Amino acid sequence: MQNREPRKEDLIKGATGDWEIVLGLEVHAQVTSKSKLFSGASTEFGAEPNTQVSLVDAAMPGMLPVINRYCVEQAVKTGLGLKAQINLRSVFDRKNYFYPDLPQGYQISQFKNPIVGEGVVLLDMPGGRTVTVGIERLHLEQDAGKSLHDQSPTMSHVDLNRSGVALMEIVSKPDMRSAEEARAYVTKLRTILRYLGTCDGNMEEGSLRADVNVSVRRPGGPLGTRCEMTNVNSIRFIGQAIEYEARRQIEILEEGGKIAQETRLFDPKDGETRSMRSKEEAHDYRYFPDPDLLPLVLAQADVDRIAASLPELPDEKKARLMSDYALSAYDATVLVGEKATADYYEAVVKDGSKTRDPKLAANWVTVELFGMLNREGHSIETSPVSAKQLAELVDLISDGTISGRIAKQIFDSMYKTGRSASEIVEKDGLRQVTDSGAIEAAIDAVMAANPDKVEQAKAKPALAAWFVGQVMKSTSGKANPQVVNEILARKLGLSSEG
Amino acid sequence: MSVDQNTVRHIARLARIAVREDELPALAGELNTILDWVEQLGEVDTKDIEPMTSAVAMSMKMRDDVVTTGNLQKEVTANAPGAEDGFYVVPKVVE
Repeated sequence: MQNREPRKEDLIKGATGDWEIVLGLEVHAQVTSKSKLFSGASTEFGAEPNTQVSLVDAAMPGMLPVINRYCVEQAVKTGLGLKAQINLRSVFDRKNYFYPDLPQGYQISQFKNPIVGEGVVLLDMPGGRTVTVGIERLHLEQDAGKSLHDQSPTMSHVDLNRSGVALMEIVSKPDMRSAEEARAYVTKLRTILRYLGTCDGNMEEGSLRADVNVSVRRPGGPLGTRCEMTNVNSIRFIGQAIEYEARRQIEILEEGGKIAQETRLFDPKDGETRSMRSKEEAHDYRYFPDPDLLPLVLAQADVDRIAASLPELPDEKKARLMSDYALSAYDATVLVGEKATADYYEAVVKDGSKTRDPKLAANWVTVELFGMLNREGHSIETSPVSAKQLAELVDLISDGTISGRIAKQIFDSMYKTGRSASEIVEKDGLRQVTDSGAIEAAIDAVMAANPDKVEQAKAKPALAAWFVGQVMKSTSGKANPQVVNEILARKLGLSSEG
Repeated sequence: MSVDQNTVRHIARLARIAVREDELPALAGELNTILDWVEQLGEVDTKDIEPMTSAVAMSMKMRDDVVTTGNLQKEVTANAPGAEDGFYVVPKVVE
């Protein structure tokens, strides 16, 4: 992948020619466990400071870490979801550095022998393009505490509640070539983690954070020196940090300078990255195997048991939706973005042995429902219109009881009042008029009121549309548009049977 | 393998151990003696021998995912040089 053909639209124009961005990401995903990786303290977000700190987390002398079985299983599950190799034997190492939010003076991590090896993530890019991103490894490690710097002018405040929480560090290969691909990668990874239920993917609460490695090179040329942007905590910021950093590096190189390999911090306030000089020396981590922990040995049977429990993952679900319902790749990609959305869609489209029009159902979910949820600030989980209710509406459209136009009005009312579609149709008298006698009468009335327009339309058939509009208006949108068109064409002498 | 005074100064700094300049030559000498001894171990053929990870052959014990402790705010901050409103307080560290 490292040498895939550069795409013109991904290249950045510099003063001296084109440049290609090369990106690799390290994503820290918090395992959704109740207790920490090596201690029985709670992982709940938002508690009072230092109330979820065990004596192990506070690094009290003589305390020993004991690993959380559930966290190990979640790492294996994630590895399997990334189609990765599971290492039955892995080792925990100490990564040594000093910082006030790291009371032990080291982070327990995995260095040489991670629990998960090479895997792969597929990105669905616009235009049906697929990008394959290699996964280098996934390892388990402890999170650090949190430092607050704005409480006092001279002191920092430290909260160790997060200290020791289990993280999965997922390291990609340098296989991405644009900010768009990096965003797609984090989005896809988040989707996979949420399907698996191993990480809630909440970037605002820091459950998912990314370090982005950025370098630039001449298209297809040898790799440049990379800089690492740490802890970029939203998908939008990841894009911004990459765009800014690539331009900064190109500017330096084009002026004949050299890139210094360093850790940089992205500041969302001004959209810039700046050097974290204090981290330079700290990169000498002096890893060694943690003498408090034996190697982690898994039985193949346990891995097989976890493999058997895997849910249908987004790529497989997408392929199935496309083959079962003949959906377009685009619709299928949108629907599988969240498991809840795909479940909702399937509940609309499938009813026992009965299958509703899949394209119509997809449109109603991705266009009308999504649009409304966005406007009203709801999520698919909190949607006031249930899948069953939407299915009823789709049925009413399919059997011709209501027109598509009226359906939107009914949907609005369903969303706001919680009433069912059939109830609204009956009580509000919104049944579609297909009775040609009634429609003919409505057309006659419009024609009688506008004799001049009738003459014009006979000469200029495009004007017929104006009559359709008038008839729909006079019937409050209830007339079946197809029937209106047919009768109108006959009356204006426009149809073949004239 | 041997270390010079610059290396000793560097690793002392990484380990946050205060070492005076005049102590460096002696420390470098001592460390090199240790390293020489470790190097001697390399002469032993360990080709077919598994690395020993524990004095007793056993696998790692695991625990269930249950919250068993917490609400020790006073206790864990009791020994800290500074604490305020439940936080540890340290001299400002800002990037």
